[in-house]
Amino acid sequence: MSASETTAALLGRLERGETTSTALTESLLDRVAQHDESIGSFLTVNGETALETAAAIDAKRAAGERVGRLAGLPVALKDILCTKGEPTTCGSRMLEHFVPPYDAHVVERLRAEDAVLIGRTNMDEFAMDSSTENSAFQPTRNPWDTSRSPGGSSGGSAACVAAGFAPLSVGTDTGGSIRQPAAFCGVVGMKPTYGRVSRYGLVAFASSLDQIGPFAHDVHGAALLLEALAGPDERDATCIDRPVPEYTKSLDEPLAGLRVGIVPDHFGEGLDGEVDEAVREAINVYAEHGAKIVEIDLPHQKYSVAVYYLIAPSEASSNLARYDGVHYGRRAEEYTDLVDMYVASRSEAFGPEVKRRILLGTFALSEGYSDQYYNTALRVRRLIRRDFDAAFEKCDVILGPTTPTPAFGIGELVDDPLAMYLNDVYTIAANLAGLPAISLPCGFTKSGLPIGLHLQAPPFEEEGLLQAARTYERTTHWHERRTGLD
Amino acid sequence: MITPDAEPVIDVGKVAKLARLRLTPDEEALYAEQLARILGFVGQLSEIDVAGLEPMAHAVEVTDVFREDEPGDSLSHEDALVNAPKQDGRCFVVPAILDGK
Repeated sequence: MSASETTAALLGRLERGETTSTALTESLLDRVAQHDESIGSFLTVNGETALETAAAIDAKRAAGERVGRLAGLPVALKDILCTKGEPTTCGSRMLEHFVPPYDAHVVERLRAEDAVLIGRTNMDEFAMDSSTENSAFQPTRNPWDTSRSPGGSSGGSAACVAAGFAPLSVGTDTGGSIRQPAAFCGVVGMKPTYGRVSRYGLVAFASSLDQIGPFAHDVHGAALLLEALAGPDERDATCIDRPVPEYTKSLDEPLAGLRVGIVPDHFGEGLDGEVDEAVREAINVYAEHGAKIVEIDLPHQKYSVAVYYLIAPSEASSNLARYDGVHYGRRAEEYTDLVDMYVASRSEAFGPEVKRRILLGTFALSEGYSDQYYNTALRVRRLIRRDFDAAFEKCDVILGPTTPTPAFGIGELVDDPLAMYLNDVYTIAANLAGLPAISLPCGFTKSGLPIGLHLQAPPFEEEGLLQAARTYERTTHWHERRTGLD
Repeated sequence: MITPDAEPVIDVGKVAKLARLRLTPDEEALYAEQLARILGFVGQLSEIDVAGLEPMAHAVEVTDVFREDEPGDSLSHEDALVNAPKQDGRCFVVPAILDGK
């Protein structure tokens, strides 16, 4: 059995009875046992429960019962999604022993669609940072080159698909945390529209930005997993109640008159030469297939990193105030009184990047500074959104690089937070504006590192976004390359 | 408005206290330097005229989302307490907040 088959190929073989979910799950568990020591993509592997689920789904299928759209497919979950009875650590000492008494909405959805939950993937602590080195437990390595980072914060979810440990995985994206690791690991990763997927049971980082989304080898896999994850949920008031299209059904429909927007500023200073070349080549591919290439302007996008590094830490400082050593999470052994218990517990259990962001957010929200920092950022955020609204009058998707460079080396940026933050320069605006966006493979550097193509679309236009991505993928085949991990 | 190019003054000790964090002197010095750099970077927002703009708190601006008020299952008492660092079977247990108790 090939560990790197796409979801469509695997589902076909499962449906035709050529393989079983049990056989597939066993082979993937073997592969994880053999290779994940060098990658570190999983924090927990749920071998026993995965095989039980797989056997139950095989029995259902064999009996001719109706099965879900993911029936028998192994799916890995970022360790930030609450799962009943399974440790959900968020990559933090604070939640090292936290075992949720309930399932997140997306976990309920995956179970309802007969997915096999194979394990929980590594991440930067509380999803803060872009390298997956910032986990309290282990770094994750890039399966294409283990001296390099897989990106982050959903680095474990991206790496486990790239390494062929699972055909699908779930991540979260607050400023690029799905798309940047997808680009670094040569897989497809998508952030849906804000409000498309319920965050009930997602451990909160920055609530006006966080979204849950899929990783897969190809656009079809991402579309299939998004069908399973999306939809209304009254437990998340920001989740919008509107029908979920069957994205997989319309993927290959011809896109007549597609207008692809290009922002000249995206190809300026700071962009790696090989990334630049690959993305320009992608523009040619669209032009050759009849798309109209339109130059657009997003005049306020250059402020998006600054806006983000006020809004996200502000929301984080507020969200993480709940970790006080009372209801759940770590409590320090030694303290003098109640307030000292909060202080001691938080100080010993949070890592350096989490502390940095809590401090930054607390400052930006503090008396005398909130108008100057936080409220100014919220106003500029409106300008960033208006730029997109105007741009989408002229185009259907906006195309550019996902990241300024291919995967950086492990340890390369850990001492320079600002340089790390600038990695998200192309991805952050989609979170601020709430847009759906996808990264898909569009080439490799001479040294063999994947390059990501970034496409963004107007809110709730996932269907057109996936079609546009598939249009490129269908003719280029970069997504068929696999790591040499064998 | 953010003051352009002003040397951002940040009292890290005070901010840490507000955030219920205790920093070592080394951490305090490191964060003071890093936060000053980050605040210097965000100072670029001072170039923009934001007068009259409504702050945008959410990307999909929905308000007043209601649902039917129907009774349903919720966490059991036991489940709600199961992750507590200290509990007595009925309540979360915290250090006494009044003297003498």
